[in-house]
Amino acid sequence: MKIAVCIKRVPDSETRVKIAADGKSLDEAGVKFILNPYDEFAVEEALQRKEQAGSGEVVVIALGPAAAQETIRTALAMGADRGTLLQADRIPADGLAAATALAAELKGGGYDLILFGKMAIDDYNHQVGPMVAELLDLPCVTTVAHLEIEGGKGVAEREIEGGLEVVEFPLPAVLTTDKGLNEPRYPALKGIMAAKKKPLDVKPAALGAGRMEVVAMTPPPDRKEGKIVGEGGAAVAELVRLLREEAKVL
Amino acid sequence: MSSPSVLAVLEQRDGALRKVSHEVVTGARRLADALGGSVDALLLAAGGVKGADQLGRFGADKVITLTNAAFGMYAPEGYARVIAERAATGGYRAVVFAASATGKDLAPRVAARLGCALAQDVTDVGVEAGAVVVTRPVYAGKALLTLKLAGTPALVSLRPNVFTPVERPRAGVVESAAVDGSAGRVVVQRIRAADAGALDVAEAPIVVSGGRGLKEPANFKVLEELAAAFAGRAAVGASRAVVDAGWRPHADQVGQTGKTVSPTLYVAVGISGAIQHLAGMRTSKVIVAINKDKDAPIFKVADYGIVGDLFEVVPKLTEEIKKLHG
Repeated sequence: MKIAVCIKRVPDSETRVKIAADGKSLDEAGVKFILNPYDEFAVEEALQRKEQAGSGEVVVIALGPAAAQETIRTALAMGADRGTLLQADRIPADGLAAATALAAELKGGGYDLILFGKMAIDDYNHQVGPMVAELLDLPCVTTVAHLEIEGGKGVAEREIEGGLEVVEFPLPAVLTTDKGLNEPRYPALKGIMAAKKKPLDVKPAALGAGRMEVVAMTPPPDRKEGKIVGEGGAAVAELVRLLREEAKVL
Repeated sequence: MSSPSVLAVLEQRDGALRKVSHEVVTGARRLADALGGSVDALLLAAGGVKGADQLGRFGADKVITLTNAAFGMYAPEGYARVIAERAATGGYRAVVFAASATGKDLAPRVAARLGCALAQDVTDVGVEAGAVVVTRPVYAGKALLTLKLAGTPALVSLRPNVFTPVERPRAGVVESAAVDGSAGRVVVQRIRAADAGALDVAEAPIVVSGGRGLKEPANFKVLEELAAAFAGRAAVGASRAVVDAGWRPHADQVGQTGKTVSPTLYVAVGISGAIQHLAGMRTSKVIVAINKDKDAPIFKVADYGIVGDLFEVVPKLTEEIKKLHG
């Protein structure tokens, strides 16, 4: 099985967001970056599929700044075979521009599976995986929480409102992974050492003109100061009164 | 007669309109008014859709149902093909989806086919100097991004629960036509339904969430009872800590690596309020926190707080809510 996993370097989820002087982006000073948590499920799934098949290759591809090489090394330390960085100083706000650059790299690669996390926890764009599938004319299932593959066919389950959709698809295919699909492994020391010697290509990302202009990044509106209604069960009646009469939500 | 300007892509399940569709028409109407045009509402289904004739009330000038035997269930490739064709030939300035499980899957496919920009999960839409401008939360709501979408049509998906349906009656002329083609290579075989009537945390108007303070998985029963007291309007959510511990399914997780929710009422029970959790629920209209630690960060974003033992407070609250609905 030859599997590509597209990954992204993102700020840690505990980051306190400070807006940069340009008023349009994150101030990255002091921010810790990690492998996008949803991409960990994609990397883990690729490794397990390769292990089950007994042979194959797992290639990780990231679009991002030079520092995203570290993110690729994290995936290599988990067990991926080689990596490619499509280098771009800024990841475009336009998901289709990112998808176009990734599709150009993936095209003709002969992959059985191309995996993505279901979304990145920074821009929440939630679109690059299925866009790549369309650009490469491959079948695609998004937000996969359970997966079975046999021969050239797969059955995936994806969460929808009030249930799970059971989806059948042929390989090769593009899948985006959700939490619950597997338990991502931690890189072992041996893996971390080995990762340093694994091949990592760096080339410029072929980003076209973006279709989206960032006008501004702003902090969310402050919530007005709340109040402690009281202590213990005795405060419940007053809470209900406030919810009815002041907040008018009951 | 104004020109068609906005295509609203609606959702049905089992031949009935999904409620989020009223929000999509409402958002589309807002855009169409700003652009000076009309709203065409589009449904893909195996046959007639219950509720389609009511869409004029919310601002649809026309309701078009395209039928195909393969379109009873969501057919990602078939739907994307038909919608992209319709969007390209209809001369629309914008196409509006719901940021639901289906919409978030479908909109990128349509965008890629059209070569157009897509903004997912937006909380505001408008028009500036002829261009569609949207606001969408990033970093799970720790910041808001304002984006201008170049090119036509501009694609947006609307975050559930944000675009409160408003009645702005239009003709709502109902049309129906059969369309050719197959579902595509990706086939939804069936839906494994959750418990009857279960609401999704992202769509429920009321969310009751629990965290570590519940102490053990079985204790979520007290939250389920509170949610049930809201007579079918509430869903039970969970913090990352309890999902990671395996107490609750990931589908229920609220926060940066779960769902970002905007219900009318969010009740946080035994949740201290980690930054990644606050990010996921701070756009709720009203937040109530129940926690034994008066210094818990959750009280900083809560409109109303009760300091106390949740096992004493929550059952009392359940009783009070039951009285209201009794």
